[in-house]
Amino acid sequence: MEIKSPIDIAKENVLAVQDYSLLAGQSLANIFRKPRYLGDWLQQADLIGVGSLQIVILIGFFTGAVLALQSSNTLQKFGAMSMTGQLVALSMVRELGPVLTAVLVAGRNASGMASELGSMKVTEQIDAMRALGTDPVKKLVTPRVTSTVFMLFFLAVISDLVGLCGGWMVSALLLKLDTYQYWHTAYQSLAYNDVVMGLVKPVLFGFIIASVGCYYGMTAKGGTQGVGRATTQAVVVASVLIVVTDFFVTRLLMVFE
Amino acid sequence: MTADNSPAPQTHADYENAISFEDVAIAWEKNEVLKGVSFVLPRGETKIIFGIAGSGKSTLLKLALGLFPPDYGRITALGEEVTAMTEGQLFPLRGRIGMVFQESALFDSLTVRENVAYRLVEDRTLSEEEIIQRVREALRFVELEHTLEMFPSELSGGMRRRVAIARAIVTRPELLLYDSPTGGLDPVTSTTIIELLLKQRDVYGTSALMVTHRLQDAYVMATHCFDKKLNRMVPMGAGSKSEVQTTFVILRDGKVIFDGPTEELVNTRDQYIREYIA
Repeated sequence: MEIKSPIDIAKENVLAVQDYSLLAGQSLANIFRKPRYLGDWLQQADLIGVGSLQIVILIGFFTGAVLALQSSNTLQKFGAMSMTGQLVALSMVRELGPVLTAVLVAGRNASGMASELGSMKVTEQIDAMRALGTDPVKKLVTPRVTSTVFMLFFLAVISDLVGLCGGWMVSALLLKLDTYQYWHTAYQSLAYNDVVMGLVKPVLFGFIIASVGCYYGMTAKGGTQGVGRATTQAVVVASVLIVVTDFFVTRLLMVFE
Repeated sequence: MTADNSPAPQTHADYENAISFEDVAIAWEKNEVLKGVSFVLPRGETKIIFGIAGSGKSTLLKLALGLFPPDYGRITALGEEVTAMTEGQLFPLRGRIGMVFQESALFDSLTVRENVAYRLVEDRTLSEEEIIQRVREALRFVELEHTLEMFPSELSGGMRRRVAIARAIVTRPELLLYDSPTGGLDPVTSTTIIELLLKQRDVYGTSALMVTHRLQDAYVMATHCFDKKLNRMVPMGAGSKSEVQTTFVILRDGKVIFDGPTEELVNTRDQYIREYIA
């Protein structure tokens, strides 16, 4: 195996960032350009949104439930069991709902996009599409990016809701807390900024998932092994970017609190 | 095989050469693939490009389509300068060119009907009935009308190649680019494919650039013509002769070492070419 010099590695990384930025920019610019592939958009929305619904509900529910269970121990020491609803609501809406949903969708869909587009790339189907006069970014990338952004927004909202329901089930059935008190503290604790934070994050995460997945797919090379590599990289990079972006977005939005 | 149902080329502009390469060079990392390649494909003619594996034959076709730019040199296709156009400007030009890829490159998630209709659907100018009629015509030309609702994975290698030809001709292109259309196929299927290419050449006179490393295919192309009455290919003789000129280009080490007609190729004194065609 050829050993690359540090300069070559740096050049490759800079080039990759440049290519990624161009692809991400084009995918957004294409929203305003014709033709628009509504059929592909709907198909992707179904695949990403409806297809991920079950797992998002399941994970969201049990995350909320375990959050209530874990926090009850600590809260009990301070005699603040009534704050369980507040803790679950703030944790789910501000952090866990958007981040967990995004990581789940990244695992499920960024890998799917990278492997699908990667297979098309290595079997010359992307070149064939260009040869047939179709812009592959417009046809393949833009529908995936827009539908992921759109559907992740709603998936995160659903995750928040079922997470709260999970917390309520534990509070009511295991911790024997009052139902009204749980929902009242949960509702009262959520301020405008918390909701904004919970709704802005999935939009950014959705863009990261789809653009990273499509980038690794569109640049895959080296046959089936290359497709496998692209798939793994897409999930790893998308997940890391989600967590890192989460930190910076949280810090940025806290300025306005 | 019926000879009267393939789409004839639709011409849009006036140009003398279907393709021209002027001093074109390209390198992949440190490997120089083409080093100053120049040749022209006159309108209506067929040119066969020979070369050993890795000599840059497929690269030539992709350069002609503008799928990637050369490092230097000038390429024109159908009278338009490919090397001076942006990706967005190239899409309409590519719609006037049909390309058959080496491994067919059919969209594996679409049926044969959807594959062949792809470009027509994208154009959004024809009605659904007209599209299906054109698709049937193209598939009838390659004798695969019965595969309409099948997926590429259900077809044999030869059938996939024929579907790729149908997809290339369905738009009635002015220029056809064939990238090793018989590569990896058995002799019988190869002959069927070559007969289809001959039919397109002799019946419709579409300009074509074909790359291959199979000498026997090139010889059949050069020595046979398609007889419309008999509806099959026949050897050229006193009674039957192709009206379309077929010429050859041979690539060696990234350069053109031969560009001429069959007679010139057969009578060449170049040792490398003589060994190649022996």
